[in-house]
Amino acid sequence: MSGPARWDPGADVVEVQRGPEPGGLGSVYRTFGATLRGLRTTFGRLVEGPVTLEYPEEKTPVYPRFRGRHKLHTFEDSELEKCVGCSLCVAACPAKCIRVVAAENTPDHQVSAGERYAAVYEINMSRCIFCGYCEVACPFDAITMGNDYELSDYERSDLIFTKEMLLADPIERTPLRREGE
Amino acid sequence: MTGALVVPLSSAANVAETTLVQIVKAVVIFFFVLSCVPMILLLERKLLGRFQARIGPNRVGPYGLMQPLADVGKLLSKEHSHPETAIPWMMAIAPAIAIGSAVATLAVIPFGPVGAWGGDLGLYGIDVPIGLLYFFAFGSLSFYGLVLGGWSSGSKYSFLGAMRAAAQLISYEIALGLALLGVAITAGSLSLVDIVDAQDGIWFVVPQFVGFLIFVVAGFAESNRPPFDLPEGDSEIVGGYNTEFGGMRFGSFFLAEYIEVVVISGIATAVFLGGWHGPGPIALAPLWVILKMFAFVVFFIWVRATMPRLRYDQLMSFGWKVLLPLATLNVLVTAILVVLT
Repeated sequence: MSGPARWDPGADVVEVQRGPEPGGLGSVYRTFGATLRGLRTTFGRLVEGPVTLEYPEEKTPVYPRFRGRHKLHTFEDSELEKCVGCSLCVAACPAKCIRVVAAENTPDHQVSAGERYAAVYEINMSRCIFCGYCEVACPFDAITMGNDYELSDYERSDLIFTKEMLLADPIERTPLRREGE
Repeated sequence: MTGALVVPLSSAANVAETTLVQIVKAVVIFFFVLSCVPMILLLERKLLGRFQARIGPNRVGPYGLMQPLADVGKLLSKEHSHPETAIPWMMAIAPAIAIGSAVATLAVIPFGPVGAWGGDLGLYGIDVPIGLLYFFAFGSLSFYGLVLGGWSSGSKYSFLGAMRAAAQLISYEIALGLALLGVAITAGSLSLVDIVDAQDGIWFVVPQFVGFLIFVVAGFAESNRPPFDLPEGDSEIVGGYNTEFGGMRFGSFFLAEYIEVVVISGIATAVFLGGWHGPGPIALAPLWVILKMFAFVVFFIWVRATMPRLRYDQLMSFGWKVLLPLATLNVLVTAILVVLT
């Protein structure tokens, strides 16, 4: 054969697989079988039992690195806030939802471990996209992402979390997923 | 029998029953149905949930037992609205026809023989010598409720649903009739009580297995249950014949559908599953009937959880090309066998 050599597809040829032709007695028989298989499948679910998690009573466990509501931290020994009001988190935040107003520490009003502290630290949770950049940007590990995900509220203004709210422990703890769960 | 009013429809078995007894029976049947339907409703929602690996309703009352009550309460508090093109008084009577005809069929379902609970009391509404025909008559009447409801709504979806209901009735009523004809030939009677009596030795589900299968399939179509719920077809024609119905009128259609399920289960029990026959004393007869009906209702729900709705042309070709020839063949074979033996 002249011309360009034909490409030999070899083992790559895909055979078209056809099901049995519809109609006729065979079709009736197959439909019957399929019906019984379907009934078996649903009965299997009945035997297995429900997989429902009854949400408000049972909560979905989250993974340890789940990014939920933020937490502000204090030093365990001195009770001083870790946040020094450097506003790096504000700069890192893509959603511009953090507001920090810094103030100077004085010897008789020592709030944080550094020279300055955050007089105002607010996170607008209705804007936050839970990217975790604030956590990465923070040089003192003062802000971390917690595990809380139940953040809905009736008023937008209630979703602006103040420093006191972020420092406090969550009211209800979110269950953590165990190893291999 | 001093001056007893004899009901002319009764066959020889319960001629002696007075009007009072008949009224009491009617009330009992009505209460049986009305207390049955909410239970089946809840059972269906619960079981359907389990079949789909869900829990089902469990918020209203303990284990969600009050759910049907809450549903009815919700329906009762809704207003009756209708389109401008509708015929209101027909919309009002359509659900009544559906319910009335469905309840009427229950009268012939035998729950026990004469004297099961002492005396000459038969545990059934009436024992008409044309029991099966009675069942078909009222089964067809219930479709008038659907068709009338759909047509008088003055809405195209309702109309489509009603047309589907009519076409489905014509297609499957014949197969249903032929399936039961095999049993009638074998038992030699149309009376449901006689048919149950004839199953003393062996239930008709064994010698009439093909007839039983046809009856089950056609029964699903007769009661508009999935996979034959084309008249409702909520995914294609919104809600079919009950699109324009709200409040308790919709609830009545819903109720009628479930009564129909009970009726089909009752007929299947009486005709194929041996009716009141079962181990234990004869006084337990109603228990066996109710247990068998319950099993059949569970099967209804099981199938609903499994099967998708048929396409319209599939429904038609299945009814006319498969079910009808099969049922005819079944009747022919049965007739030949009965004549030969």
